Amino acid sequence: MTAAAVWAALDEIPDPEIPVISLVDLGVVRDVAVDGAHVRIEFTPTFLGCPALEVMRRAMEEKVEALGGEPEVAVIQDDSWSTDRISPAGREKLREAGLAPPAPRAAGATTLVQLQSKAFRCPYCGSTETRLENIFGPTPCRSIRWCESCRQPFEQFKTI
Amino acid sequence: MSARAQRLLELADDELILGWRDSEWTGIAPTLEEDVAFSSIAQNEIGHARALYELAATELGTDADALAFDRQPDEYRCAQLVELRLMDWAHTIARRYLYEEADRVRLEALKAGDDAELAGLAAKIDREETYHRLHAEMWAGRLRDEPRFRSAIEELWPYALAVVDEGQRAELARRTGLSVDSTQTVQRGQHTPELAELWNEMTEVRRSAPGATW
Repeated sequence: MTAAAVWAALDEIPDPEIPVISLVDLGVVRDVAVDGAHVRIEFTPTFLGCPALEVMRRAMEEKVEALGGEPEVAVIQDDSWSTDRISPAGREKLREAGLAPPAPRAAGATTLVQLQSKAFRCPYCGSTETRLENIFGPTPCRSIRWCESCRQPFEQFKTI
Repeated sequence: MSARAQRLLELADDELILGWRDSEWTGIAPTLEEDVAFSSIAQNEIGHARALYELAATELGTDADALAFDRQPDEYRCAQLVELRLMDWAHTIARRYLYEEADRVRLEALKAGDDAELAGLAAKIDREETYHRLHAEMWAGRLRDEPRFRSAIEELWPYALAVVDEGQRAELARRTGLSVDSTQTVQRGQHTPELAELWNEMTEVRRSAPGATW
């Protein structure tokens, strides 16, 4: 078994809450190390309160077992995951699904002024005439915005 | 118990109990948007608690659920600020604002500390707290001149001071524009009767079937 085969298998696992994007696209798989049958995966949670974490972990273990390996999923609880780790392909898949991809992380923390600015593009019509409706949304990783051009709400992946 | 484990339990208990209190607004907040906001904030805070309990559990040879639910109310180390049952919007926002300011002071110190594991987790928590702070600041700005909000801030300030260490209180006062001298800090260690009531509800299912796998 090669690390490349494990990466390819992990790339088949959809995010439990945003199934258009895979765990590899999401950037939560930090490292894969293969030593004989033993496969160690370093996994970084997105949001700490995300209920999908256990589901992701089990799905990764099952994929490794299906390849005939013995999985060890190490959960790394540091700040090495940020929304900047979402792959370009993943960002495009989010947008196609009507979920605006996160803005790149700025040097400092996100501010209200930034959220209220027009830097956010509607995933449906592409307009930047959008406004913040709610910092929070249906899951910890999303905010709600409103598009003035096509007059509908949309979900914005939060930048963290 | 080591000083580190005690510190982790303080942090985790604050986040767990505040998460519980915030979740009490789900469905009854003044606007639909605040229903969503408080539910999401509560979920994050409880997620932070879980991660902190896991660090403590490794050291104490137990697990996060046991630390969260199997202790007696008087064994919790949370500050009284998070225990108070405040079914009034002015107090709720005052608590959120004061807690987030205090938590920021505390997280900054942890991020710069020499405990690499805790510093890494604090940095991760801090990314998420950014959004809680934006929410609190937005509301605090909106209610700033409301007498009910002002008096709620004054009432809760002595409780907020206990969230941080003594050496961090001057910094918290500077950021909030309040004064350390004029208040009597409500220290950690004692609990309000509200905590026991919350504990009864929070642990009820767990106590109903000890050892069960859910």
